[in-house]
Amino acid sequence: MSDIRNVSFLLCLLAVVPFATAADKVSRDKIKGLDEQVQDIKTDVLAISTELLQLEETLIYPSNTQVSLFVSVVPDHDVRLDSMDVIIDGEEVMHHVYTHKELEALKSGGVQRIYTGNVRSGKHKLEIVLAGLTGGNDEYRETASYTFTKDEGPSLVEISLFGADNNINFKDR
Amino acid sequence: MACRFIALLGLFVASATGVADSSSTNAPRDLFLGESFYYAEQGLYFDAISRLDAELQQYHRVDERQLDPLHIHANYAEFSVGDFELSYRMHRKAGRAIQAVLEGNVSQDIRNEAAYRLARIYYEKGEKVSALHTIDRIEGEVPAHIRHDERLLRAQIYTVNGRFTEAVDILEKLEKVDGYEGFAGYNLGVALILQGEEDKGLAQLDKAGQIKVDDDDEPALAIRDKANLTLGYRLLKNEKAGSAAQYLDRVRLEGPFSNKALLGAGWSNVARQKFDRALVPWSILFKRNSTNKAVQESLLGVPYAYANLELHGRAAVLYGSALDAFGAELGRLKDSVASIRSGNFLKVMVREEIKLDSNWLIRLRELPETPETYYLMDLMASNDFQALLKNYLDLEDMRQRLVAWQGHLDAYEDMIALRRNYYEPLLPGIDERFRVLDSKIRLRMEQRQSLDDRLQRLLVAPRPELLATADERMAQESLDSIAANYAGSDSASAVEARRRIARLRGVLAWNIHTDYDRRLTEAFEHLRELDDDVARLESIYASYVRTRQAATQSYQGYENRISLSRNNIRQASLKVDRLMNGVGHMLETMAIKELEQRQRRLEQYRVQARFAMAESYDRAVKAQQSQAHDSGGEEESSP
Repeated sequence: MSDIRNVSFLLCLLAVVPFATAADKVSRDKIKGLDEQVQDIKTDVLAISTELLQLEETLIYPSNTQVSLFVSVVPDHDVRLDSMDVIIDGEEVMHHVYTHKELEALKSGGVQRIYTGNVRSGKHKLEIVLAGLTGGNDEYRETASYTFTKDEGPSLVEISLFGADNNINFKDR
Repeated sequence: MACRFIALLGLFVASATGVADSSSTNAPRDLFLGESFYYAEQGLYFDAISRLDAELQQYHRVDERQLDPLHIHANYAEFSVGDFELSYRMHRKAGRAIQAVLEGNVSQDIRNEAAYRLARIYYEKGEKVSALHTIDRIEGEVPAHIRHDERLLRAQIYTVNGRFTEAVDILEKLEKVDGYEGFAGYNLGVALILQGEEDKGLAQLDKAGQIKVDDDDEPALAIRDKANLTLGYRLLKNEKAGSAAQYLDRVRLEGPFSNKALLGAGWSNVARQKFDRALVPWSILFKRNSTNKAVQESLLGVPYAYANLELHGRAAVLYGSALDAFGAELGRLKDSVASIRSGNFLKVMVREEIKLDSNWLIRLRELPETPETYYLMDLMASNDFQALLKNYLDLEDMRQRLVAWQGHLDAYEDMIALRRNYYEPLLPGIDERFRVLDSKIRLRMEQRQSLDDRLQRLLVAPRPELLATADERMAQESLDSIAANYAGSDSASAVEARRRIARLRGVLAWNIHTDYDRRLTEAFEHLRELDDDVARLESIYASYVRTRQAATQSYQGYENRISLSRNNIRQASLKVDRLMNGVGHMLETMAIKELEQRQRRLEQYRVQARFAMAESYDRAVKAQQSQAHDSGGEEESSP
């Protein structure tokens, strides 16, 4: 039984000192070899993903018709955003319901590309409808609109939420 | 991570533009860089890397990079790709991640944070030398939010590399930091023991085992328990069972180390021949879940104590119960091994709801269809297993992406075929009409240019007759024609007619010359109006040319790209499948090995229990016989 006690102590130590004993050497080398191969394949698959993103952009959203809408938020605000509707020229093109992780990512400074689509050259009306709860748990709903002009290059519009002046601000980028 | 994005962009902008104010709020942000942080912040590193990579490739392709908004943050973007790769556990020495971390053109504190994370990955993956080299690359100020964690990790890395003195030095200081007393104290005790300073190490573990901790601070409570458990078992090993008991008794009755502590407390009493006292912790342990190793050992320990207390009948019955429990457990273990061999274990590991739950390891125990997970908690918590499992999950994620991409390429090809079928019959006719229109447009443009040239010349050398109106020109022609009729005639009517013609010519000339400035101004105004129409025409022309190009580009030039991508996807899928088999097999092998070890241990316990039960029955029978004999003798001797 004393062997068991020794093993228990070693297990306690191993939790702090997670490096190989001689007996584990072979399998650890195997694990390391597999790990390196996994890293290699990650590089390959990432390269494919990048290529496909570019292919998708040129094939489905060519620059002469492409419009992309990006959402950013000011970190310190007391609105709990539930959803955003995006309406272009009177047609709802996106209804996005936010997860907790997405909201945290936005609060941390991430920028969400909420919509990418195609429009003709010229002026277009963009409407945004926000829904959520205020800090006091009251229902929150706000709408704002903006006209953007589509020309030959890709149109990028940033929608910044909860700024000092307005809750919904638009900016051509 | 993205908070750092906001906070540090200002610094990058300031350094890039030489602006002294590093406030980030007004700094221009690159939307695509921000988008990659949006994914990274959610732990979606694959998406973060591939999107930022795509953006960087585009940035490197453009001629005038200063026009791309990314140029302000280009350094930071390059660094971030490497940084995300680290988080995605891509840390190959030759990779960008290492270069980004150790040689990136970023400020030292960002580099230090990335180096810290890289060192932690190496440490967790068991690459102790690489971990040491990486942590030693940290220079100067370490960001405040990881400063103490970096010290703790550094000490752990020094410990596993045998640099105990440096580890001890760090841990002694860290132990005084609020919130790190337990972790630093425990690691300090272990480092001292490994350094050969047994007494100091044990005293340190004693100290770490008594730190004051809030009741809801589970990690601190657990490390305090661990210090007491380690100390108790160390003393048991050193045959100081009397001292060990007090430390093992300090471990909470409910906690991750309680079973081992109860088992050790029992053995410390047994070592001192206090079998009745050994029964106190073991009786608690004995009733717990029989899959636990310590509980299984107590199933033998309790009857062993009863036997030593001369209660052989009770001991025999309990050995019998232990045999039943071991038999049942062996049956479950056999089922578990079969379940793993049939692939259930790996199927459970990739279940989506498991990945969504941060407490997934614990939840696995609750899944009725996976008995094996019940036995593998210790194994699954180990670094080796975790590293393999994360790789397996990453591979599964890639496999799913590759399958989806194959479908996307099929859809792209359909889309291209539809576009080709639509455009190819239309375009020749459109091109022909365009050629006709184009030649007309060129002609009109030449005419416009001619008018412009003439008007410009009029500014330098005025020629009013050129601005005569159509009526005036016709009147002139009429006068010329009438004058021709009277040419050569000296009749009175002819003389009168010539006089009148001359007067009318004078009126015309007067009008043309006096109205010249107004007419010239008007002509320029008309030219400007024409220019507006020409500009509109040029815009429509350019728009048509772009649309025409887009029509061709919408279906031409994709064949090679799609074919290459399809081939790459096929190759990658084969590799992913092969690696999933390899990693999956290793996970299964580790799990089966763990279960087989348990089986062997239980087989040994069963053999021990059989012998002990037989012996206890013998002794119980003998005791009964002896008691009967003694009571018979007494009866015989009684009057």
